[in-house]
Amino acid sequence: MQFFVNGGEVDIDFDPRTSLLDLLRERLHLFGPKKGCNQGACGACTVLVDGVRINSCLALAVQYQGREIVTVEGLGVPGALHPLQAAFVEHDGFQCGYCTPGQICSAIGMVSELKQGVPSHVSADVAAESFPLDHDELRERMSGNLCRCGAYNGIVDAIQETFGEAKAESEKSEAA
Amino acid sequence: MPILQDALQAVMKKAIALAPDSFIPGGKPDPLIRHKHGLIGASVNRIDGPLKVSGQATFAAEFPMQNMVYAALKYSTIARGRIVDIDTSAAESALGVVLVMTYRNAPRLKPMPPFMSQPKAAGGDDVPIMQDDQIHWNGQPVALVLAGTQEEADHAQSLIRVTYEAGADGVTSLAKAKANGSEPGLFQGEPLKLEIKDAEAMLAAAPHKVDVRYTTPRHNHNPIELHAATLYWEGDRLRIHDTVQAVAHEAWTLAHVFDIPEEHVRVTSPYVGGGFGSKTLWQHQVLAAAASRLAGRPVRVMLSREGVFRIVGGRTITEQRVAIGAQEDGSFDALIHTGTVAMTPHNNMPEPFILPARSAYASKSFLLDVETVKMNMTANTFMRAPGEAVGTFGLECAIDELAHAMGMDPIELRLKNEPEKDPTTGLPFSQRGVDQAWKDGRERFGWDKRKAPGALRDGDWLVGMGCATGTYPYYRMPGGAARLTLSREGRATVGIAAHEMGMGTSTAQTQIAAERLGLPMEAITFNYADTDLPGIVLAGGSQQTAAIGAAVIAAHHKLVEELLKLAGNDSPLAGLKPDEVGGLDGGLCALEDESRCESYASILSRAQQDKVTVEAEAPMPLELQHWSMHSHSALFCEVRVNTVTGEVRVSRFLGSFDCGRIINAKTAASQFRGGIIMGLGLALMEESQFDERTGRIMNPSLAEYHVPVHLDVPEIDVMWTDEPDPHTPMGARGVGEIGITGVGAAVANAIFNATGKRVRDLPITLDRLL
Repeated sequence: MQFFVNGGEVDIDFDPRTSLLDLLRERLHLFGPKKGCNQGACGACTVLVDGVRINSCLALAVQYQGREIVTVEGLGVPGALHPLQAAFVEHDGFQCGYCTPGQICSAIGMVSELKQGVPSHVSADVAAESFPLDHDELRERMSGNLCRCGAYNGIVDAIQETFGEAKAESEKSEAA
Repeated sequence: MPILQDALQAVMKKAIALAPDSFIPGGKPDPLIRHKHGLIGASVNRIDGPLKVSGQATFAAEFPMQNMVYAALKYSTIARGRIVDIDTSAAESALGVVLVMTYRNAPRLKPMPPFMSQPKAAGGDDVPIMQDDQIHWNGQPVALVLAGTQEEADHAQSLIRVTYEAGADGVTSLAKAKANGSEPGLFQGEPLKLEIKDAEAMLAAAPHKVDVRYTTPRHNHNPIELHAATLYWEGDRLRIHDTVQAVAHEAWTLAHVFDIPEEHVRVTSPYVGGGFGSKTLWQHQVLAAAASRLAGRPVRVMLSREGVFRIVGGRTITEQRVAIGAQEDGSFDALIHTGTVAMTPHNNMPEPFILPARSAYASKSFLLDVETVKMNMTANTFMRAPGEAVGTFGLECAIDELAHAMGMDPIELRLKNEPEKDPTTGLPFSQRGVDQAWKDGRERFGWDKRKAPGALRDGDWLVGMGCATGTYPYYRMPGGAARLTLSREGRATVGIAAHEMGMGTSTAQTQIAAERLGLPMEAITFNYADTDLPGIVLAGGSQQTAAIGAAVIAAHHKLVEELLKLAGNDSPLAGLKPDEVGGLDGGLCALEDESRCESYASILSRAQQDKVTVEAEAPMPLELQHWSMHSHSALFCEVRVNTVTGEVRVSRFLGSFDCGRIINAKTAASQFRGGIIMGLGLALMEESQFDERTGRIMNPSLAEYHVPVHLDVPEIDVMWTDEPDPHTPMGARGVGEIGITGVGAAVANAIFNATGKRVRDLPITLDRLL
């Protein structure tokens, strides 16, 4: 079976019961996606598939042949971090670091949902064309990613810094 | 003999209390306390940050190995009784299965000495591990499967059929446990019982009083990283990549279980995905190691989330009575904090909820008592601020209730009872600035805008403010030791078997070593969490900063001694004693004359040495018996309670801390916030629901055991006095556990202020407010 992971192509055969998370971790040795519950409750296994965030523990790997899979390893590496990864370090958006790859992948997927007008529980107008990255929208949409160390304030700050200001500036230039 | 030993101990204790300060560790302040503008206190990014944000930090279940097999566990479904039959035939013939292990074929294993029974004991319980047909709790492992993949192991485990016979002596209800009788709790070798004068009589005679009961439920730590290990044998040597907060303790205990020399067990644990007290030694590591030995293959064991609830203990249930008698001016005549906690016949952890009441307030009389009863359940254990996290809920709510009854401001009532010396031991405080923390916090939070209960409404929401004191002691456990190597190039390596679970240990200790040696942080390598390194350093009791600090001070003293010897008479340092020099700008300088210096490079070059390595042990922690050493916090909470649904939203929270010197402003703030957030969970949602009919935990998942998520958490404000404790290494007292203490009460008191409803049972879910 053929997979596209972090820009590379992988050919591999495996037990069809295998989850995407176990394929990534146990067969491809990409340990960025973490196992925290294996039942879709904690978000630690979040990866991006064609730009959409999913819980890879709830996904059967065979369903994702030929799709573009990105794990945290595909975003950046020490020395060449993605701006969001660097912001997590700067704002101390983690302690133990175990939920962190999931938080980062989830945030990237979340920001694109805002732009595409996917509403959330706290959206005042569910029919709006897009949604702002405000404090409540951000926290509601990230609530599927648990952090037991309680680094939530730093995570919110890191996401705001990476995606919030850029958005505000582009809005400003549109208004001008 | 025990009487003689007790008497001797009492004499020693008195002698340590009365000894001159200079005889006691910390009697002479650590010179680093004087360093005001260096790395101590700086806001420094985590040194392991880039690895963690890019998925490159290798956790315990992330070491690939040739020929490795995966483990799956099967858990008992009864609480007490015996196994009548186990049918493993279907599992044995399932695809990929390498081994099915039950009590019938498990190798002989000794029980784990339980934690606190011996200096290096790490066991969660001392139940025989898969050695017989006996069942002690609902969730006890009864079989283990090894297979080529996790999927194969999980499936095969599901094919095992176990027949049980329930025992008549099982105890799964608290009422039945209490009917069987209670025993006083023993903690750190001392009974959790204290009487000073006749507190009941003084309570009865006091003009103002409260006498109320509080309960707290079972909790599970639930670090997001599942308990896991990757391990293998080489002959009779065991190698474990674990996720653990006690490497030395684990190695000693496993050596005991397998009857092999301690040095034949090597444990490393460079990254721990959260612990909070849970990442110690439980049956899964022992069973995986036993199975690995039988199969002759490396084994990876990773518990399912349900598995964590089944075999890793959490915080136990408490029932507390708090009674306070006060004079007209608010001063306490009587402080009573008593109650009952559940534990098992096989562990050693009576949740010591009276600890805060021992030192937080002055009172003319005290009655403190923790009684324990025995139940068949997963052995309860330490969870962040064991004792204080739930003890402050009762104590600090009761003070709020008394203040309300007396028409006094609850902060004023607390400050009125601020003791001058430790109210129960009589020892002087090493440093105590809780009054400053209250003053700073009160102003920043806008406490004086608080209204009467139920008086502030915003649409459907009632808004209120509450406050509480948090408290946690300074601990330093015996056994600290460190290795220090300094090279001619001006690089230093610190080695100590301590731990990093996200507290920021490696970053803070790198800062400290750099400051002490006078080197840049980039020149320091901090090695830790490896049994090949010296030291017995539990990541617990918020003690690591002090325990590592004291060991490094001892090693540094020895290093300076060596360097002065090597420097000899031709050095500007000639004639100086180790206490008279310090590290500065890549060398040693006289403390009183910073122009008298020689660089490390110069000293070592002249002596024709590439490096110096020293190792030293920290002194015994006698300071704990010479001073009363405690951190405090003043906590402020604002809540909004929906009048239609009963939902509680925490809208603002401020923690104002007095914890000695802060080492790293960034990581310490995260520790405070993290503790507070776990406290919000304790206040509002966390409960391991225990079915008293079957003894089974009913919500063993993160979908049903609720922990705070992003939307539950507002921006949490933290501040600190930064007043150094003159009697601790670096002036610091540890910040890991203080954050959670007092939070339950601050939230409950805010809910009372918002609604006028007093909820005395945690968690405060919306049904309790409708």
